[in-house]
Amino acid sequence: MKTSAVKKQTPSQTIGPYFAYGLTPQQYGYDFDSWVDHDMVKGLNNVETITITGTVYDGNAQPVDDAMIELWQDDGVHKLFGRYGSGTDEGNTFTFKTIKPKSVNGQAPFIHVILFMRGQLLHSYTRIYFADEQQLNETDANLNAVDTDRKHTLVAEKKGDSYVFNIYMQGRNETVFFEI
Amino acid sequence: MSITTESKFDIEVQPPYLDEAYKSTILRAPLQPLVVPKKKDITLSGPLFKDFKLGALDHDLTKNSIKDGEPIGERIVVHGKVTNEYGHPLPHTLIELWQANSAGRYVHKVDQHDAPLDPNFLGTGRCMTDAHGYYKFYTIKPGAYPWGNHPNAWRPNHIHFSLFGGDIASRLITQMYFPGDPLFEHDPIFKAVPPKGRELLVSAFDLSVTEANFALGYRFDIVLRGKNATPFENL
Repeated sequence: MKTSAVKKQTPSQTIGPYFAYGLTPQQYGYDFDSWVDHDMVKGLNNVETITITGTVYDGNAQPVDDAMIELWQDDGVHKLFGRYGSGTDEGNTFTFKTIKPKSVNGQAPFIHVILFMRGQLLHSYTRIYFADEQQLNETDANLNAVDTDRKHTLVAEKKGDSYVFNIYMQGRNETVFFEI
Repeated sequence: MSITTESKFDIEVQPPYLDEAYKSTILRAPLQPLVVPKKKDITLSGPLFKDFKLGALDHDLTKNSIKDGEPIGERIVVHGKVTNEYGHPLPHTLIELWQANSAGRYVHKVDQHDAPLDPNFLGTGRCMTDAHGYYKFYTIKPGAYPWGNHPNAWRPNHIHFSLFGGDIASRLITQMYFPGDPLFEHDPIFKAVPPKGRELLVSAFDLSVTEANFALGYRFDIVLRGKNATPFENL
């Protein structure tokens, strides 16, 4: 049965430059408890954790120092959420500690990214796939819906113990953003 | 459990990524078309807050950072209902808040506006919707403040809201404004919203929650994307 919407969505507005003491207070040293941070595996035992780091770049290839990155993953076993601001680490990098999600229904494993920043009136959605899942990445329907020469923007490279996932808002390597 | 949200961002009311009047969008808006994922693969479930423990004063910004006295400014109480587009209330969803103080100054370290900080006001808080989708919090009415977008640019008084709603498509960060603000027509962030959406960002004075001898009341209802009538049980 098809029902139609009866109410208009509340419009989005930018997160602005001053979100830190409200949304990521402890990370930025404010006297207010954070309910979530970059460590998505708190309270989980016997799991193999991974680190994901990256930088958000603007259209001039400059690191964005006031972005807020949220990760959400749900592989049916672990539903994990994390949040981090790009204003405290050297080079304006973000870092998350999590576990690599399992493949669901033969899809390549991935993590949702929700990205907010001053200069975005509406948040952006992208996804982190993993370079060491080559076989599943090659057959994944969502990755294959992306132009071949842009697919790499969704795939985190493995460097040492970490996965690196940089986000480019514009330019030659503009990250693929999804309509969710 | 995963739920597929059929609705999209409604372009009749949602702002675009790029709006040159708001200069910071120029280098930060994605320029390539968005990619539509294959629907059958989408798992949109999002974090849930059924067992979330709020701090005792999280919902009262007039009290949650008192050091040596009451914060300065006009006390207000803000309430409203959070629903989806189908009018179904969204119970037990988290609302995060932040704002400037009554002088128009943010506590944030990079705010250089030459207006006083208030030692008794941090300007951040949280509340949850109840079983019927209602929320309520107390705060100090924020002041207007200048910003660098264009000469003599001032933001209208506003409170920042962050909401979840049960799946990642319903995620929303927005700003609540106050009725009749003369700065609306000069504010590119407010005006980036198409005309049909603008009034949805403006709260209404509400005598029914105004507390005698204490605080003026405002009502701000929020509609999140999506059709799921009840949020999830996990997390």
